[in-house]
Amino acid sequence: MIRHDYSRVDPKRRANLDYKKRQFAKAEFQQQNYNHRLNFYVLPPTAEITLDEFETWAIDRLKVLSELEACTFRNRSPEETTEYMRGILDKYLPLRSDSSRSQKLQEERRKDHYSHFILRLAFSSTEDLRRRFSRLETMLFTLRFKDDDLRERADFVKSLELEWEEVREEEKRELKEDLLAASGMVGKKSEEQEWFKVDWERVPELVGQRRILLKRGKAYVPQREQMSLVVAEFTKKLDDALELTARALSELDEDHRLSPILTHLSQSFTTPDAPYSTSDANINGLSTITHQQIDTLSQSFPLCMRNLHDTLRTTSHLKHYGRLQYTLFLKGIGLPLDECIIFWRRSFKLLTDEKFNKEYKYNIRHAYGDVGGDANRRGRGYTPYSCQKLLTEPLPGPGQTHGCPYRTFAPDNLVSVLQRVGVNDREVLKTVREDVGKQRYHVACNRVFEWSHKREIRKVKEDGSWGTSDLDTIVHPNTWFKRSWLLKHLGEGNVGVVDGGAVGQGEKVVE
Amino acid sequence: MPHSVTPESTPTDDSSRTVSQVDTVKPDPETQDVAMEDALTPPETDKPKVKLEDIFDDEDSDEEFPSSAPIATSQDAFSQPPPIQITSQSSFSDSNVMRAFYQRLFPFRPLFQWLNHSATPSNDFAHREFAFTLPNDAYLRYQAFPTADLLRKRCIEMLPSRFEIGPVYSANPQDRKSLKNTLKKANAFRPLMKELVFDIDMTDYDDIRTCCTGASICLKCWSFITMAIKTIDIALREDFGFRHILWVYSGRRGAHAWVCDKRARQMDDQKRRSVASYLELLKGGDQSGKKVNARRPLHPHLERSLAILKEHFQTSILAEQDPWVTEEKAAHLLNLIPDPTLRSALQKKWDSAPSRPSANKWSDIDALAKSGALSKTPKELLEAKQDIILEYTYPRLDAEVSKKLNHLLKSPFVVHPGTGRVCVPIDTRNVEEFDPLGVPTVTQLLQEIDDWRGEEGEKKMQDWEKTSLKPYVDYFRRFVAALVEEEKPTLKREREKGVDAMEF
Repeated sequence: MIRHDYSRVDPKRRANLDYKKRQFAKAEFQQQNYNHRLNFYVLPPTAEITLDEFETWAIDRLKVLSELEACTFRNRSPEETTEYMRGILDKYLPLRSDSSRSQKLQEERRKDHYSHFILRLAFSSTEDLRRRFSRLETMLFTLRFKDDDLRERADFVKSLELEWEEVREEEKRELKEDLLAASGMVGKKSEEQEWFKVDWERVPELVGQRRILLKRGKAYVPQREQMSLVVAEFTKKLDDALELTARALSELDEDHRLSPILTHLSQSFTTPDAPYSTSDANINGLSTITHQQIDTLSQSFPLCMRNLHDTLRTTSHLKHYGRLQYTLFLKGIGLPLDECIIFWRRSFKLLTDEKFNKEYKYNIRHAYGDVGGDANRRGRGYTPYSCQKLLTEPLPGPGQTHGCPYRTFAPDNLVSVLQRVGVNDREVLKTVREDVGKQRYHVACNRVFEWSHKREIRKVKEDGSWGTSDLDTIVHPNTWFKRSWLLKHLGEGNVGVVDGGAVGQGEKVVE
Repeated sequence: MPHSVTPESTPTDDSSRTVSQVDTVKPDPETQDVAMEDALTPPETDKPKVKLEDIFDDEDSDEEFPSSAPIATSQDAFSQPPPIQITSQSSFSDSNVMRAFYQRLFPFRPLFQWLNHSATPSNDFAHREFAFTLPNDAYLRYQAFPTADLLRKRCIEMLPSRFEIGPVYSANPQDRKSLKNTLKKANAFRPLMKELVFDIDMTDYDDIRTCCTGASICLKCWSFITMAIKTIDIALREDFGFRHILWVYSGRRGAHAWVCDKRARQMDDQKRRSVASYLELLKGGDQSGKKVNARRPLHPHLERSLAILKEHFQTSILAEQDPWVTEEKAAHLLNLIPDPTLRSALQKKWDSAPSRPSANKWSDIDALAKSGALSKTPKELLEAKQDIILEYTYPRLDAEVSKKLNHLLKSPFVVHPGTGRVCVPIDTRNVEEFDPLGVPTVTQLLQEIDDWRGEEGEKKMQDWEKTSLKPYVDYFRRFVAALVEEEKPTLKREREKGVDAMEF
């Protein structure tokens, strides 16, 4: 029988006891003291937590991050996001200020600290995950930074010791006009404002929005834009750290307790985008689509695709991103590759065969995953763009027609296009105009859908053949098409079967 | 000037190395034994003691390839096969034309120094991606060359109709496949740096250009590019503090900018994006209505741009382009005016005289506004008018090109396959005088070499010096020299400074 040697110390704790190593031992199990509510997450945690805590804390933070991501998908404004996130943060990841004098202050901060580092481990493995994690953590940090107590925030910023050069009085006077014009402050006295001078590379965001004065490579940042400086610094530090974590990750493979948890965490973080399921492509009652049918089918296309189709028909051409968006959509509704190539070849009437084969065909095949790198072919090319993708990509430039018309068209033009495709209800057009004004583009789009299918929707609701989830908000152009087509062909043979639907629910049969 | 760079410091391929040291001793080219790379290469000569910029002395003495020696004598002396007859009728993409171009005209050496940032070959050049478009339109990516000579050799071999320049990678692009299989694969092969580039193309102006459409250009529409160059160049210099900006004619109807400062080369995608969006003003596609909605007070960059562009608006736009002469186009102008009262007054006036020239229509706006048909404040009208000026003059960048570190862009000095014109640098000091239609074509240049009857004398001349390409190459060399000078290792520069200080 093996006698358990109780006199033996836990090997991990031994450092505390071995006199030779005592000088190193102190740091190992020390609790960190959190002086500030906000954290730049520079030092990793060193104390012990239970496995249980490890998992629950990470899941809590993950919930917060995914809600935050959902906010961007829904196109919520910063104010709405703050409002929406308040409850969620309080529930899962509360962080009170010093002034609250809460007993749990240190505990909360500790949880914040640890959960950040756990997720950092979980999301450092691939470039994609790293980028998303860094983006969301930055959003979270910004959110907290904004509602931090003013004095505590100032203290925190001071503790960061960022190198900022203050602009001297005489320079301020000299550049007064420009400083005010650049930052969009009217009627304020520049003397009252404090300005910092930093290399412009540190505030790329402000530069990109043309909100600060640039002179000879130096950016003049007003005090109130300090946030974007701090945030930029935060992102930079986090990005660098994530790279390092990724490299160290392989050493973690040894630990059989942690790696399953981490894999699980990172898996539940994937599939963020509005779903495009291949089931969107097979619609009962609609046999394999050929290129001749596109013109007829385009009646059931959402406006973004209809617009591309009409532009293509009138000008016999589309620019690159328009082609890409439309090709992927067509692929999504089930148009086979060879038909798609014929479709484009016929549509580009003004091009010679040679030019078409040389400059256009490859891209179509690439989008279908017929050519290209291994990953592209294995993944069968790109997935059709979702509304979220269309709504967040850069606005089209002159001559370009891609994107979501509700977002890219001037309201007047939008309305006239809608009228042309048969939306003539004054009330609907008015509300669409309002929606668009509030940047609720997908709401406007769904409104148009509901109006143009109102009879059919009423019918399926009445006979109960479609559940509420079948009529959920549309967040993907391909879902629009599928639903529209099914509704318009109700009662034709076996047509009208919602197969999988957008949200992936089970089959429901009409009649 | 300190001869810090010995001729040996450029370890080019051996065949051309045999003569490396003779130059400083004997200026006579006839005494030298010259290794020829291939039968068609004219004998190479040393010591082109042209009064070019002294800075290049060192490298030049190493021998510069594209000299054909005096044509008359050399043919006898070396019993060379007679040169291909190149007339201005020859096709631009003819393989003989392209071969002669790469052999005799293309300034590989300055191009090398430009990308290498010093005289000694370094990874800045060796790890740089080149992409060739071959005569059969195959596209060959990830080419890389240790030296200028090897690049030249490959060009003569493959005769690319053009080639593009990509970023410097963390490893040799040729080895990228094997690197992918190594353990630390994730980051072993990634782009490190590239010049910040801009592309302005006339296609983006098609909705406001009336003189030509599609691929054709004339001097009238070139003024769009002139305006763009002026506006962007000054913003890059004054706002961002960049100093080494090379503008290059793209060969047909546009211009490229290469910002070569170290600071610019090292920018990541995010910074490139923000520079591009700082300079971008026009937003929205064809259906979006008003494309310029600038915030007031105008950002200093826009204020300055407006001041530059205003002058052009009167001449280049109103007079030359006459953008609102048709009814349909005038309707667009009306849409841009915010005031409904004024709009209907203008509409009425123009309906009676539909084809009034644009300049008159433009002044009608103010005239009618003064006569009382204005329901908004004069300030709002002024701002709207400013927005209109900007919409019709402000540079339209192909921003995607600038946003990515690993975007490829056509190299300067290659031949545009469609027009045959050489993509020459544009001197920003005389940007107004630049005439895209006066840029020499490759056939014209080769003809000029043949026609050259000047004094050869004791100094050897490069072939390009005999042609109208000379001012462009000279300009490029000065540009490169300034860049190389700035990037000299600091230690040395400081030492030089120290010497100066002693002398004072």
